[in-house]
Amino acid sequence: MSTKDMMPQFTLFQPTDIDNALDLLEKYGERSWKVAGGQDSYDWFKDRAKRPEAVIDLGGIADLHGIREVADGIEIGAMTTLREIVDNPMIAERYGVLAQAAGRVASPQIRNAGTLGGNLCQDTRCWYYRSGLDCYRAGGNTCYADTPEGMNREHCLFGASRCVAVTPSDTAAAVTALDAQMVIRGPAGERVVPAEEFFIGPAINITRMTVVEPNELLIAIRIPSKWAGADFYFEKVADRNTWDFPLVNVASSMIVNNGIVEDIRIVCSGVECVPKRIVGAEEIVRGSAPDAETADLAGSTASRGATPLNYNHFKIPLMENLVKRAIRGNV
Amino acid sequence: MANDTPQTAIREPGDRPVYEDARDPVTRRTFIKSVIATGAVASAGGFMLTGLSGCSDDTAPAAGSVERLVTLNINGKNRPVDVLPNETLAMTLRYKLGLTGTKLACDRGECGACTVLIDDVTHNSCSTLTHSVRGRDVTTVEGLEQPDGTLHPVQQAMIDELGPQCGFCTPGQVMSGVALLKNNPNPTRQEAREGLAGNLCRCGAYDHYLNSIMRAARVS
Repeated sequence: MSTKDMMPQFTLFQPTDIDNALDLLEKYGERSWKVAGGQDSYDWFKDRAKRPEAVIDLGGIADLHGIREVADGIEIGAMTTLREIVDNPMIAERYGVLAQAAGRVASPQIRNAGTLGGNLCQDTRCWYYRSGLDCYRAGGNTCYADTPEGMNREHCLFGASRCVAVTPSDTAAAVTALDAQMVIRGPAGERVVPAEEFFIGPAINITRMTVVEPNELLIAIRIPSKWAGADFYFEKVADRNTWDFPLVNVASSMIVNNGIVEDIRIVCSGVECVPKRIVGAEEIVRGSAPDAETADLAGSTASRGATPLNYNHFKIPLMENLVKRAIRGNV
Repeated sequence: MANDTPQTAIREPGDRPVYEDARDPVTRRTFIKSVIATGAVASAGGFMLTGLSGCSDDTAPAAGSVERLVTLNINGKNRPVDVLPNETLAMTLRYKLGLTGTKLACDRGECGACTVLIDDVTHNSCSTLTHSVRGRDVTTVEGLEQPDGTLHPVQQAMIDELGPQCGFCTPGQVMSGVALLKNNPNPTRQEAREGLAGNLCRCGAYDHYLNSIMRAARVS
């Protein structure tokens, strides 16, 4: 697949304000492509799997950069790089789980260029889809991964609907565990969507991973103060420690009062097309002490409802054990 | 590697290793480079023209799209260059500016061979649009040595510790090492390992590279 020639021709726009970018999206519609850090986009172009006519580089829009304190928590511009998130003292102090997740993405070079918005909006890694096959997600009428011969070790345990691809995002699990609000702007104005509704599975729209319409932009991620300074846990299991995407990861936020868990959110990526909240385990943990006993009980329920494919049964104990560790810590 | 003896011991003091003599009037290296430069138009053409209509003027550029003639700041110099909208920085550096120290290996942001510094931070130049570095400072491996030819401490440490084996990934490793030490002048070995984590070495000379970075941190 790998060739060292030019990307196919496109027209490049580098708008400096959000309205200008929205005008371009309106004008070019589905023939346009939004580039954040570009770390995934350029691979799509080089592989000829996506052929946009107009590429809109969002890197020059100052309003999309930066980390700000707001009335209830913090707001992170969608074009803030993962490196900036890892290095930010405010995030490290209050929302460590996001810093940890951002710090485990890909490699240093990619974290220096890759953005939070781009990491959240990235497309799935299913290689049948990536190699340009006419699968359901690419607008065709078959799934190559969910067949007797399909190589589906990295695919989903939950939420299959024709497509069995999973979200590859580390930060998606973290922002969902933090109950973040996603700020989206389009021609009709701004709307704010909770992280849990931001990511969508194939049953809702098989060709997209998020609710962001082609003529809209994710402009910021707001993290509420409720979870500031909570007990956090993040762990990612991948075939390689660098560059690789998670087989399964877990992110959790837990508020403990007098030794009792008052509230908790546990989220896994790599098991469904969207970051999966492990609601059953959360309910078991709430009101109990976050000890080994609670962790064992809650963890063993984490995979309830899973429908593994030929080669991904290993994800069931992996995810259960990650959820256990999220509750009791990695001891 | 426990051996801390400088590898220069096998040469007379003051001797230059053969791979360092690019500044001598006519050397094997400058000669080869001049030949490559002559062929560069043809070779670049092979890359730039394959299935590419971007070079032709058959369509007027869309209103508001980027201008092709730009000036880039590369290694502290302003370099005017004609850049296509779909051109990566690695392509511009190697095939238009002759800065072939930056290597192009996977072209997918996986291997780090094309690592350069943009505003002192490492980036994979294969995964950077050249148009996105207008107004920013780009440093390639060619920009590390001082005007008098003194190598950057990381480069010198690579020689002293025999960091590279085949050497193809070395420019990328050097750039990651330089960026790491700019940010953290005294890294632990583990921090250095994480700093170089984005650079693959198919020879597997990782420990030698780490020895080099640790030596550079000690001497600088």
